[in-house]
Amino acid sequence: MTARALDEAPSAPPLRRVLFLPVETWPRIVMPLVIGLLALSAWEIAVRVNEVPHYVLPPPSVIWRTLVSDWHSLSVSLGITLQITFAALAVAAVLGLALAVLFAQSKWIELSLFPYAVVLQVTPIVAIAPLIIIWVDDIRIALLICAWIVAFFPILSNTTLGLNSADHNLVDLFRLYRASRFQQLVFLRLPSALPLFLAGLRISGGLALIGAIVAEFVAGTGGRASGLAYRILEAGYQLQIPRMFAALLLICLAGIAIFLALGLVQHLALRHWHESALRREG
Amino acid sequence: MNHLGPTTADPLASAPARALVVLRGVEKRFATGTLALRGVDLTIDAGDFVALLGPSGCGKSTLLRIIAGLIAPSAGSLAWPRAAHDAAGVAHPRLGFVFQEPTLMPWTTAVKNVALPLRLEGVARSERLDRAAEALRRVGLAGFEHAYPRALSGGMKMRVSIARALVTRPDILLMDEPFAALDEITRFRLNNDLLAIWQETGVTVVFVTHSVFESVYLSRRIAVMAARPGRIEREIAIAAPYPRDEAFRTSAGYAALCRTVSAALEEAMAA
Repeated sequence: MTARALDEAPSAPPLRRVLFLPVETWPRIVMPLVIGLLALSAWEIAVRVNEVPHYVLPPPSVIWRTLVSDWHSLSVSLGITLQITFAALAVAAVLGLALAVLFAQSKWIELSLFPYAVVLQVTPIVAIAPLIIIWVDDIRIALLICAWIVAFFPILSNTTLGLNSADHNLVDLFRLYRASRFQQLVFLRLPSALPLFLAGLRISGGLALIGAIVAEFVAGTGGRASGLAYRILEAGYQLQIPRMFAALLLICLAGIAIFLALGLVQHLALRHWHESALRREG
Repeated sequence: MNHLGPTTADPLASAPARALVVLRGVEKRFATGTLALRGVDLTIDAGDFVALLGPSGCGKSTLLRIIAGLIAPSAGSLAWPRAAHDAAGVAHPRLGFVFQEPTLMPWTTAVKNVALPLRLEGVARSERLDRAAEALRRVGLAGFEHAYPRALSGGMKMRVSIARALVTRPDILLMDEPFAALDEITRFRLNNDLLAIWQETGVTVVFVTHSVFESVYLSRRIAVMAARPGRIEREIAIAAPYPRDEAFRTSAGYAALCRTVSAALEEAMAA
């Protein structure tokens, strides 16, 4: 066989870049920023024109000043909340993956255990957080468990789906070459599941943060925590509403940062092959 | 992979010495009750090029999967007289399989896709990559070792799939309508390249197709199949000499053979 046999290979046209980013990426950054600035301006103007007291609704400029002046205590709290969030996410990822692999080994295991994973998912975390905080002595472990319960399910269900959705012909090919179950898992099912696992991780990142905050609220009403939720509670009691908004802003920014970071992980892991990471032409 | 032990009725009594695989009275009834195949007798000689030709639903893919050991027959026997047998007497023929879709792992490169069967067999990394690159060269894809499947055209993906099937130097290459989804120009090229590989390597080929033209162009023997229940209705030898090329495709002899096979297929479907 010779090279003449080659059929045309699709090739991507070169990207036009402005400031290191492809041209078509810019609107996705600029447009939300424009909308955000417009909304903040409207908020600022409305508060000033109507002379709304700061303890009812502070204007963005005051929130920003508070964020800067209280940065020290707020950043310590942010660090605590993020630690719990990432620890819970890591445990959710490891356990979710491990349990999904276990489910993939036998339909019976999956049938027996999956309903309990659903039970865990639908249990309202606010309702059981007080119990967990009472049962577990170490408050940080208790918060971690609460955040983990919320973050765990998307990873488990997505990875289980991914492990079961390997190409049937490829499964046959592995059988044809008498591959062991372990080989089939490592070389076929895990790579097949990677896109769904990462999508689950991305959902769970935000959920872990919410879980941590909710648990901190519950713990905070007992005066036992120092994360961002506790700062919000504290500021609420003291009617320091701008500080409350500043803490809220930090939570939002942290959530967005986690979402973007996990999106980057997803992109880097899948950029060579998965449809979701490919640039479409035309 | 062979699901039948040595205790089944001796199917080799009448088999000639060149037989690579011998099927006797093979029947397949699916769990749904559908009788997919009935009474299939087929002997495939080493080095032969056999086409399984028939309309959709005639069980030709099922038959191919039974030969591959992916499906166990409900009745009848399958024997590999020349293959290695393990202590339990189960035959382990060396198989290559090409699906209708390229069936590549999208997350890895062409050369690693081709090296997969060697990896599963535990061949050392440098050796398996060398052999995979060699197999890619043989199918005309030298220089594309590190391309991901998505960067390859349909025809090139199918070449990678063929390279993967050949990399273990199999006794038999089983192909399930491999070129059906390709455009005609690409299909003609791959037909020629497949014949070149067949002549170069001496591998036995079983080629499932629903195209009379393709089966006549490629094969030395055509098993004409019919549906409900799936069965081999007739076997036709294609005596035209190899190498076959574009001149053969436009010859009167080719046209006459296509007419004969077409008529046989009509007859089989009417029967």
